[in-house]
Amino acid sequence: MKLGVLFSGGKDSMLALHLAAEKEQVTCLITVVSKNKESYMFHTPNVGITELQAQALELPLISVDTEGHKEKELCDLEKAVLQAKTQYGIEGVVTGAVESVYQATRVQRICNRLCLWCFNPLWKYNQKALLEELLERRFKVVISGVFAYPLNALWLGKQLDQGMIEQLSKLSETYGISVTGEGGEIETTVLDAPMFKQKVEVIDFESIWNYTSGVYVINKARLAPK
Amino acid sequence: MILIVDMNWKKDSLAFNEFVQSIVNIVKPLEDCTVKHYMELRISELEMFSKIILSGNALKDSQVFEHIDKFSWIKTLNCPILGVDTGMQIISLVFGIPLMSCRQIGITEVQTVKDNPLFEGTFNVYTLHNYSVSPSETFDVMAQTGKCIQAIKHKQKNIYGVLFHPEVRNSHVLEQFVVFKKM
Repeated sequence: MKLGVLFSGGKDSMLALHLAAEKEQVTCLITVVSKNKESYMFHTPNVGITELQAQALELPLISVDTEGHKEKELCDLEKAVLQAKTQYGIEGVVTGAVESVYQATRVQRICNRLCLWCFNPLWKYNQKALLEELLERRFKVVISGVFAYPLNALWLGKQLDQGMIEQLSKLSETYGISVTGEGGEIETTVLDAPMFKQKVEVIDFESIWNYTSGVYVINKARLAPK
Repeated sequence: MILIVDMNWKKDSLAFNEFVQSIVNIVKPLEDCTVKHYMELRISELEMFSKIILSGNALKDSQVFEHIDKFSWIKTLNCPILGVDTGMQIISLVFGIPLMSCRQIGITEVQTVKDNPLFEGTFNVYTLHNYSVSPSETFDVMAQTGKCIQAIKHKQKNIYGVLFHPEVRNSHVLEQFVVFKKM
């Protein structure tokens, strides 16, 4: 079955892509770049890096911009999925949804309207196990945004490792944050993964902290041999 | 030992985690369970299970409806059976009760209309289906939303169906099915 993966460049959509590619044929990536930093649907920090990631994966990328108004961004997503169906003949869509019924419902409805299958291979995944699977599969994941107390500027740009998973698990017990950032507490960017033919190398970045939240912005990056 | 039947269009599919493993994750801490795809079921093996759960599947997956003959055992087996989503639709079809169009995707409120051991009151559920089942003399309706039957129980046998997805919201429905002794 030919599939398009809703792709933000973060850990969840990247793992979903890998799981999908193990079972079916992934023919394109679909990215919605939202100007709304509070988007309910779309991951925002460093979403521009998806073009480089798609090159590294040697997969075509359909990228559309949206103003990010709550329901309008769904129309823009639907247009992008329709383009993937027309251009690459996809028969289904894959998402990286783990817990969000809001996201899953909206993508299911779009797929239903467009007569496409909808797959959520990470649905209800154990959160700690998901992070550990990323390490086992040798994903290089960096924290590209933190949006909840007590996460602070020191987390920005840090690479996911076992120590970080333990630390997040403890913070989850104490402060109730999601270990995987499913509630929007953490955003991530993947710089390398098994399907990458080349890795993404960050050349220039800045960490921007704004009282209670911050982002790790990749200003310049390139592909480099693995 | 509880049997969870994988109702996806093929064994080890991309939808396995979403519709089957998510049920296993709720059942396993309470009682040992094993998974078999519906095409692998052997009627002679089914009597060894204490209870059977039929999973749901993707909205676009209609493959299982071409193999209703694989489920004739539902009418003769004596252990408690719970069908989730497609599982409930298959139970209904096995008893000759047709499906009726009822597309629902997302959270909706259901109302319990008959006392039962799995749930009570009015509560929000996650739905993902194109069809519900028709009213019949064979099954009691346990819950509904408007015109759409959301849960059924066979009038004589311990056979239950829920159209909604308790593995997404309302895991207690699955837990109740697993732990309940005198159904």
